[in-house]
Amino acid sequence: MSTRTAEQAAAQSAARIGETRGERLRRILSSRVASVVAILIAALWTIPTAGLFISSLRPDDDIRTSGWWNFFADPGSVSLYNYNYVLYSDSQGGGLIINLINTVVITIPGVVVPVAFAALAAYALSWIKFRGRNVLYVGIFALQVVPLQMALIPLLSIFSSGLHIGGLTLIPAWDLEGVNTLIQVWIAHSIFGLPLAVFLLHNFMRELPSDVMEAARIDGASHSQIFRKVVLPLVTPAIASIAIFQFLWVWNDFLVGRTFAPGEATRPLTAVLGDMAGTWGFGWTRLPAAAFIAIIVPLVVFLLLQRFFVRGLLAGSVKG
Amino acid sequence: MNISAYLDRFGLLGLGLVAFAAVLLALYGLAELASRRDRNRAVAFVFLAPAVLFLLIGLVYPAIRTVVMSFYDSKTENFVGLDNYIWAVTDPDALQILVNTAMWIVIVPLVSTALGLVYAVLIDGRAGEKVYKALVFLPMGISFVGASIIWKFVYQYNGAGGEQIGLLNQIMVWLGGDPVNWLNAQPWNNLLLMVVLVWIEVGFATVVLSAALKGVPLEIVEAARIDGANPREIFWNVTVPSIRSAIIVVAVTVFIATLKLFDIVRAMTQGHHGTDVLAHNMVEQAFRLFERGRGATLAVLLFLLVVPVVIYQVRNMRRQEMETR
Repeated sequence: MSTRTAEQAAAQSAARIGETRGERLRRILSSRVASVVAILIAALWTIPTAGLFISSLRPDDDIRTSGWWNFFADPGSVSLYNYNYVLYSDSQGGGLIINLINTVVITIPGVVVPVAFAALAAYALSWIKFRGRNVLYVGIFALQVVPLQMALIPLLSIFSSGLHIGGLTLIPAWDLEGVNTLIQVWIAHSIFGLPLAVFLLHNFMRELPSDVMEAARIDGASHSQIFRKVVLPLVTPAIASIAIFQFLWVWNDFLVGRTFAPGEATRPLTAVLGDMAGTWGFGWTRLPAAAFIAIIVPLVVFLLLQRFFVRGLLAGSVKG
Repeated sequence: MNISAYLDRFGLLGLGLVAFAAVLLALYGLAELASRRDRNRAVAFVFLAPAVLFLLIGLVYPAIRTVVMSFYDSKTENFVGLDNYIWAVTDPDALQILVNTAMWIVIVPLVSTALGLVYAVLIDGRAGEKVYKALVFLPMGISFVGASIIWKFVYQYNGAGGEQIGLLNQIMVWLGGDPVNWLNAQPWNNLLLMVVLVWIEVGFATVVLSAALKGVPLEIVEAARIDGANPREIFWNVTVPSIRSAIIVVAVTVFIATLKLFDIVRAMTQGHHGTDVLAHNMVEQAFRLFERGRGATLAVLLFLLVVPVVIYQVRNMRRQEMETR
């Protein structure tokens, strides 16, 4: 024990005054090999995406006959033609604008609904005293373990034929068709996003100072007033990070959209892309542009709001 | 494409949002009413009702129903006992799926965590650390499907002798080798699919582990250095033990994501050429082959594999919380 303190003291004295953590680390551990490896990894992680982007700008024939790296030797004709084609063309592999709209229409409620419901639930679980609160919290917490695959078949059958127990009809069949099947996707995403959102928001709300709550209670504020005027403003950053999580999850989702809105005209963009890529059929040269349209929105959101996202990540997640 | 198709969708969206706002307003009003009478139970009920209702109908009931279905035949009409489970562990195709899944859940978490750790250590304190981190983190924002498309172009095969447009095959040619039809090459194609998931998850590992690294006291590192330890010894004897629980959190999170993997297999090979995995085949069985009993069985197996790991994860996270306090 005493030798260790001595060592630490020695180390302390070795630290230079005014040195940043980074400078200190570099002095201790710098090596040229490390630089090379770091740059190599960074390159490996960037080149494939850059290649796809370059491909998306090249004409059909070029994509078919030469690799994207030839672009640097002979740029050929660069254009946004492919983007125009995949979004608006009536021919095969085109007209994806409608699927892009599906994605937007799915994503907005798919984020707003679960986050709002989770915020309400998390408030009750952290600040309203009632019997059975802990049991309920543990129950919701435990639901994170259930993979959504466990719910797919029965949930789909609830939508198509209702929920009956014995002869009693609890939920009638919905019989949704066409565009309206998007409602099923909203509900499915809301359900699957809830356990994690409740868990994370509960973690944040529980940490709020209890004297603030008590003061508000003594002033005669009701729970709904405290929720709206005191708690919501304080947990806005937490809500932002959870909303980003859910946004990325819903926008990028393939399985839920494909299962609950299976029609050609109602599938979200990712589902169309996933199946196009899987079959690698006729329109594969359009894939780079189509994929980039799907990628760019979450990427921009992600880059702009990375701070919140990272905070959410570090708060710990075991999404179900 | 006509305008009415757009209007239909945005109309539905508008209607949905208005309906949702009305629900929230109603809930708020009800909560106010209950608050005036100062009845905590009633207020709590109003706050919790939507979430609990959704979870009961959409997760609890379906999960139980799936367990029941796993003991029934394809149309959920006849009780078949353990037949589906026996199929899952004896049928050659099903066995292949289990073996593949086992490979995925061992290799992907291990490689992702290791690479993320090495990278986080290498860039720690380096000039431009943020840029390094962002470059590797970026794939986290790309969907599994998008990433699959990116990599499918890297692996693309254009026939021997032809001009290669896939980067990997072009490199093979540059090195004097022959191009390979990568995605058909069993069993190696499995590894190439794993690369896609590793490519996505390393960013996650890097960010979490790099944050953990900032908590390692430099005094200890410096003391080890003064004692003559080389960087490798410092890495194994100082860095790794200090962030042990963060490493476990990362590995377990990646493990769970790997187990539930559907998208990459679907977009890369559709499960052909010996690449199918549990979560993908579950959907195939249930929604394409209409073998609901088998699909349900695979979902239950998935669940059984996740449970112990999540319990371990929760314990570990709690320990980590105590450590940081």
